[in-house]
Amino acid sequence: MKGARWLVTAVPLAWLGVFFLLPFLVVVAMSVAPPAAPGHSPLPAPSGLLREWATNGLDWRNYAALFRDSLYFDAYLNSLLFAGVSTFACLLLGYPIAYGIARARPAQRAMLLMLVVLPFWTSSLLRNYALIGILKGNGLLNQVLMGLGLVDSPVEILHTDLAVYIGIVYGYLPFMVLPLAASLMRLDFTLLEAAADLGARPLEAFWRVTWPLSRPGVVAGSLLVFVPALGEFVIPDLLGGPRALTIGRVIWTEFFSNRDWARAAAVAVGALVVVAVPLLLFERRGGRKEAAT
Amino acid sequence: MAARPIVTFDNVTKRFGDFVAVDALTLDIFAREFFALLGGSGSGKSTLLRMLAGLEQPDTGRILIDGVDVTHMPPYERPVNLMFQSYALFPHLSVDENVAFGLRQQGMAKAQRVARVAEMLKLVQLDGLGTRRPDQLSGGQRQRVALARALAREPKILLLDEPLGALDRKLREQTQFELMNVQRRVGTTFVVVTHDQDEAMTMAGRVAVMDAGRIVQVATPAALYEFPATRHVATFIGDANQFLGRVAAVVNGTVEVASPELGVTLRATTRDAVAIGDEVAVAVRPEKIDVSEQPPSGADNSLRGEVVQTAYLGDISLYHVRTATGAIVRVQETHTERSSDPHYQIGDALHLVWPAASALVLRA
Repeated sequence: MKGARWLVTAVPLAWLGVFFLLPFLVVVAMSVAPPAAPGHSPLPAPSGLLREWATNGLDWRNYAALFRDSLYFDAYLNSLLFAGVSTFACLLLGYPIAYGIARARPAQRAMLLMLVVLPFWTSSLLRNYALIGILKGNGLLNQVLMGLGLVDSPVEILHTDLAVYIGIVYGYLPFMVLPLAASLMRLDFTLLEAAADLGARPLEAFWRVTWPLSRPGVVAGSLLVFVPALGEFVIPDLLGGPRALTIGRVIWTEFFSNRDWARAAAVAVGALVVVAVPLLLFERRGGRKEAAT
Repeated sequence: MAARPIVTFDNVTKRFGDFVAVDALTLDIFAREFFALLGGSGSGKSTLLRMLAGLEQPDTGRILIDGVDVTHMPPYERPVNLMFQSYALFPHLSVDENVAFGLRQQGMAKAQRVARVAEMLKLVQLDGLGTRRPDQLSGGQRQRVALARALAREPKILLLDEPLGALDRKLREQTQFELMNVQRRVGTTFVVVTHDQDEAMTMAGRVAVMDAGRIVQVATPAALYEFPATRHVATFIGDANQFLGRVAAVVNGTVEVASPELGVTLRATTRDAVAIGDEVAVAVRPEKIDVSEQPPSGADNSLRGEVVQTAYLGDISLYHVRTATGAIVRVQETHTERSSDPHYQIGDALHLVWPAASALVLRA
């Protein structure tokens, strides 16, 4: 019995160790390797690296470069902006959807949740190419806008920041809706009747009862959207313009175009710090709040 | 009683699909009353209460509160508050914040609010628990928070939906008296919905018995018990033997009913107008029947039978007595002296006696 329980935790731990922790340590090690010289291999051989570290110590020049070149700072800022605005947009769009699902009859709920998940049955790459078809100059969206007489000539949407926002919001909306719907389904709607009985108009009842009680869903959904959106590469690359500089694209460029794996690794570790530090602070505050009640 | 009722239901009907929850119902409730709506599940009592709170809209008819037509007024504008059956306490707020919820909604200043919350918690004997969360309270404490929260806004009418339903029996009896005390102290009109006749009888000054969306009888507990209007009320409130028969004669207000079931003529009183030949039921409560081993003399009603079932309940004993015609009569005997057993055993032959004044003729 005790052995079985140990096994249950050991298997996922081993999985995480082999497929997350180990690769992560490799990335961290790469980030303190000497920068690749032009025309040479992107990274010295492991044996050469160990000799290098033994004689000259860890090489922090890659991290120094992150602060020297404003390109990296801009990329981090851009990614934070894309991820932040998209998360907020997902929340605005997703909340009413989740609310509708939670208030639907149980028989309908399953079908509505199914509809939210349905787009995942096709590859995200396909969906993004489909978005290109919709957003491009003579695409579906522009045809509709012109057909309705709202615009005279095609609006430039594809390869703008707007297209990136549309892509991220479209791709990540289900990650917002599902945890929100789960927390709203747990909400006892008698509480809203009680709020109304105690003098709260529907909007006041929402802010004083529904919103605070759905906060766990809001937090979970926002994290599920914000964190992957921050490192998103495909959507900005396919839908965004050349100036839509994001961390994902910078890492890709360092890795494959500049072939400087050490620098790419440092950018990746930097991205992790940008995401993890605010989250850890948030988590600790949340934990303390929990302990206080 | 005041001339103008504080609540008037005027010909109110409410349907849910094909189901008629409340059927053309008219009812007045007066200020400072402790009024009970009593009925089984599906009788429409909760729907009636929710319509008064504004949580349901009647299909037809009008509802007046203190002379104002509130039929289409939303719940947040009505001068009533509801204590929910599930209490519906806000789980993310402390006891203080729960009680203050409606006061903040009124825009009451903070200092006043704090004072009012303290006053309410004192009223329900929860002083010192203001910082707790609902999930840190016992069921009885949650019930008091719900009461304090509903009373904090000084509603004209306090509505209570099965207020004691979630409490265990001992706590329920104790809380009944506390609710009555609170009602006397604050002087608010209380309208309570319950399926428990003891609860209604204990607390309420007047009780409306509901069945199938209609009110069957509105009366004081004593009048309901002694003069039930229908056979349904007679068995819903307390217990009653009911014997079917036909009116044979009416002599000086005493009705003589020929009962084929018992093979005798029963004598009883009535509040309805009955004519000879009417099909009626004679209702006699088990405790109104006297038991003796000696043959009685000069009784209005007397029967002979044999004890077939006994139950000893401490304060009383119950007997099932089978008559010569095979009918079963339920009889109750109060133990005024200490005894460890029922006075009579299965197989004992008994005489059952009751006066005409203790029996009531009801329409069949």
